[in-house]
Amino acid sequence: MLGVPTWSDRKVEEGIGTLLRTGVLLSAAIVFLGGAVYLARHGESPADYRVFRGEPSELRQIRGIVHEAVSLRGRGIIQLGLLLLIATPVARVIFSIFGFAAEKDYPYVGFASVVLVILVYGLLGSS
Amino acid sequence: MNVLEFTALVWIGSVIAGFLGSLTGLGGGVVLVPLLTLFFKVDIRYAVGASLVSVIATSSGAAAAYVKEGISNIRIGMFLEIATTLGALLGAFLAARISTGTIAIVFGAVLLYSAYVAGQPRTKDPLDDVPDPLATRLRLNGSFPTPEGMRHYCVRRVPAGFSLMFGAGALSGLLGIGSGAVKVLAMDQAMRIPFKVSTTTSNFMIGVTAAASAGVYLSRGYIDPGLSMPVMLGVLTGSFLGSRMLFKAETKSLRLVFSAIILLLGAQMLYKGMAGKI
Repeated sequence: MLGVPTWSDRKVEEGIGTLLRTGVLLSAAIVFLGGAVYLARHGESPADYRVFRGEPSELRQIRGIVHEAVSLRGRGIIQLGLLLLIATPVARVIFSIFGFAAEKDYPYVGFASVVLVILVYGLLGSS
Repeated sequence: MNVLEFTALVWIGSVIAGFLGSLTGLGGGVVLVPLLTLFFKVDIRYAVGASLVSVIATSSGAAAAYVKEGISNIRIGMFLEIATTLGALLGAFLAARISTGTIAIVFGAVLLYSAYVAGQPRTKDPLDDVPDPLATRLRLNGSFPTPEGMRHYCVRRVPAGFSLMFGAGALSGLLGIGSGAVKVLAMDQAMRIPFKVSTTTSNFMIGVTAAASAGVYLSRGYIDPGLSMPVMLGVLTGSFLGSRMLFKAETKSLRLVFSAIILLLGAQMLYKGMAGKI
């Protein structure tokens, strides 16, 4: 019957659930760690977000963020966690492509691929 | 205020926003940006960036639970994500080209509309199961578990829903919100998807939609780690608590309270935007 979830649909759904949960928990843990470093070093500084300055270039691009995080800078570690968070839905879409392919649901392999291209463009194409 | 105090207060505010947003299905973003801009005096661009990040966390965290329970419809989600991600890119590009005052005015208008939607009694779930040819071809019809067993449903008016979702994506990219209210319009009203399925599927899509514009925001320097950290962790905590309660709490009175809060915040945002104070 059309539309009723099949056994493999359930399997894909469970895989997606695990993937999303892992991605979010891992990125939250990294953000938390980075936050601890950041607060320990800069907790006493005044907080001011009234004026928009924009982030420095090393916190805008993937390579710079990884470099800052490896140097154990608090803000760099947080940004790495956020980057991982942004990557989580992207990984979910990639996983879906394989899931739909395994079900031989080719129209949906196509739909998911279109979404992936749009996401990658947003991450890489705009900088 | 020093960084430590600021972080603690923003965290508490974000927990509340995430909790209410998750319970009502409207997302934490709609109260988060006004909270940050109006009370913490954060520049709206930083606020939108932080909100966008928290929206991804909320969506993915809650979606993980719903998908496993088999309530979300991943085909509806994937199909409509084409519209929402394209819209999100457009919204993110627009955000750099229009003034912060204009963003505040649009935000205020969306808040007022969200308050109206949240205050409305939920539309009755469709009882008739007449299949729509396009929805059938796209395999969008599905079923979900209820206390009385599995319930089958049919999806309607796919083109109208798809167009509305493009708009929802654009608002999400421009304002850093999940645009739950527009999604309700698209999925509940136009496509006639049962409430539980539309809420959880929309949650599922919001993460991908926000990820499309978050990349643009990150490379533009709108995502500040010091601000995003308490916002993300707080909203995540709040929405986790909220998702635990979706099946237990009677949300009607809560929706009314939430819509009143949104109404006030919307009026504030409109006023500040028009007065050029944002």
